[in-house]
Amino acid sequence: MGMAEAILLTIATAATPLLLAAIGELVVERSGVLNLGVEGMMLMGAVAGFGVALTTGSPWLGVVAAAIVGALFSLLFGFLALTLVTNQVATGLALTLLGIGLSGMIGEAFVGEPGVKLGSLYIPGLTDLPLVGRLIFGQDPMFYISLLLTGGVMWFLFRTRAGLTLRSVGDSHTSAHALGIRVIAIRYLAVMFGGACAGLAGAQLSLVYTTQWIENMTAGRGWIALALVVFASWRPWRVLAGAYLFGAITIAQLHIQATNLSDLAGLPGPLLWFATLLKSIPSQFLSALPYLATVVVLVLISRNRRLTMMNTPASLGRAFVPDR
Amino acid sequence: MRLELVKRPQHSALFSALSPFLAFGLMVIAGAIIFAALGKNPATGLYAYFIQPLTEIWSLHELAIKAAPLILIAVGLCVCFLSNNWNIGAEGQFTIGAIFGGAIPLYFPDFQNYATLPLMLIFGAIGGALYAAIPALLKARFNTNEILTSLMLVYVAQLILDWLVRGPWRDPAAMSFPQAPAFHPWAIVPELFPMSGRANLGIVFALIAAVAVWFMLARTLKGFEIKVIGQSPRAGRFGGFSATRTIIFAFLVSGALAGLAGITEVSGAIGRLQPQISPGYGFAAIIVAFLGRLNPLGIVAAGLVLALSYLGGEAAQIEIGVTDKTVRAFQGMLLFFVLACDTLIHYQVRIVRPKPAQATESQTEAAHGHG
Repeated sequence: MGMAEAILLTIATAATPLLLAAIGELVVERSGVLNLGVEGMMLMGAVAGFGVALTTGSPWLGVVAAAIVGALFSLLFGFLALTLVTNQVATGLALTLLGIGLSGMIGEAFVGEPGVKLGSLYIPGLTDLPLVGRLIFGQDPMFYISLLLTGGVMWFLFRTRAGLTLRSVGDSHTSAHALGIRVIAIRYLAVMFGGACAGLAGAQLSLVYTTQWIENMTAGRGWIALALVVFASWRPWRVLAGAYLFGAITIAQLHIQATNLSDLAGLPGPLLWFATLLKSIPSQFLSALPYLATVVVLVLISRNRRLTMMNTPASLGRAFVPDR
Repeated sequence: MRLELVKRPQHSALFSALSPFLAFGLMVIAGAIIFAALGKNPATGLYAYFIQPLTEIWSLHELAIKAAPLILIAVGLCVCFLSNNWNIGAEGQFTIGAIFGGAIPLYFPDFQNYATLPLMLIFGAIGGALYAAIPALLKARFNTNEILTSLMLVYVAQLILDWLVRGPWRDPAAMSFPQAPAFHPWAIVPELFPMSGRANLGIVFALIAAVAVWFMLARTLKGFEIKVIGQSPRAGRFGGFSATRTIIFAFLVSGALAGLAGITEVSGAIGRLQPQISPGYGFAAIIVAFLGRLNPLGIVAAGLVLALSYLGGEAAQIEIGVTDKTVRAFQGMLLFFVLACDTLIHYQVRIVRPKPAQATESQTEAAHGHG
């Protein structure tokens, strides 16, 4: 396996959890709900997936459990934010804080346990193809699920009547309500879809990316996913591009941290000089790169106020109490 | 059967006062259920959590130590939240405050007199304020979402601290421990009653900050401006208040207080800079702010409650052997209950049985004012 191929594979692995969480949150926000609990839902998914896979021995059951737990956990947010019309920002934060706490408590028993890995796809012949074989036919199932979900969301939102209804709820809940659309019910479904996706993202982390349970193992990925949705101006294909951009940044800094200068002795002068320069950056600054990139990307996208206004679902984050 | 909200014509003073207590009660019940689920006796668990830390003098001191940063940060956050600025990066501002203030004794080890500590505290506050200024300026200038930027900067701040205490500021005498040298005696926040425990001036700073911010919010034009901008930016504009100025002001105040909390923590309870300086105070303070109903005086009480939960977690771990990870779960639940109970202030909640044809007219007349 070539170096470039290996790097592309790791980029996909780093991008997949971001993509999964962000595509779910995109649907939630398109319905006009801002759920800041992605980080908490991912952690609950990660711990549920890990625990179920460990006890049953089946990583697939873990994946299913993660999606279910993510969806159920998001219902807590839904009940408060939709039924009790609490402040969505505060409630989302509460979901994240609760998710961090609960997953840490539940996961206490799993710390240090060797996990179960969700194996990669292998199709005899196809996977062995040179160059593209592993990339297209040999990745882990979560990679394919994330792409299918992205395509599915794209199709659903912009090619189906139900998708149009969901977007109308997000753009003007009052008008949608006047047309007889059940605003709250649709938002509940969207929130649960977002929760299930975040749960899957968590399962990807604990069953594919690291195959162990570490407290707080999402390390801000839920928040980066939230930023990706803004960055993508609520368009699915841009979420895909953004997730892979961030996957690339993550992997690039990891490679810089892991490479030994002595291995690069054969490089031509200027390249070696550049590599030495990169290696002189303290590892903590490299680790900070994805977070700083998130800030930069948010600034770049929000600078254009008109564009942001045009794309943001108009009812995003606003409470809705139906008058009957 | 489903729940239906009916808007109250006026917000309920009764539930305004009652909701934090209701929320706490619900958390205690949920806590009992969790203890039972973990196979522990709920009564002993709750006793260890919420009563036992209050029975001994030394642990009351610890309560003050834990409450001080929570109150300081939350008092600042309430200024932000009231003006509709969602600073959730207080943990980062806390860290940068600790770094800024801690730099003084590390770089000027011979500067040891009465001015050292005040200067450290001022530097800490400045550090926190500068760090909070980043999301504030980005929001004011580019309309960038402050929730995400302030949170991202938390991770960055923690990595900066990590780099400092493992790199340039590492104590060569500490062998393999990644930590900075201990502060000299002039750089330590004095203890209040050294005979009975380690509570220090931090809790005094917290109380002063709470009263000062309470006065500003309740009695000054600035406080009025903050609340008007928060409730209705449009009305604020007509009143001649600048939303931009309010963003910057709110973030600077909360950043400065979080920074002050950070330097007080490292030069008081810890005594040096090290990779881990906070058990999540910056995030727990968000819960404190809401439990205190965004009122600085309420926040003092709420800060004590959350501080108690940290101590209770430690006590419960020792007494009945449940993991101290329960602390964060309890804290998260508490915020949920607070938010849910706050609904009762503005709405009547009624349970509707599924008889749609019989909807009465009188119910709907009060329900038109939704936002």
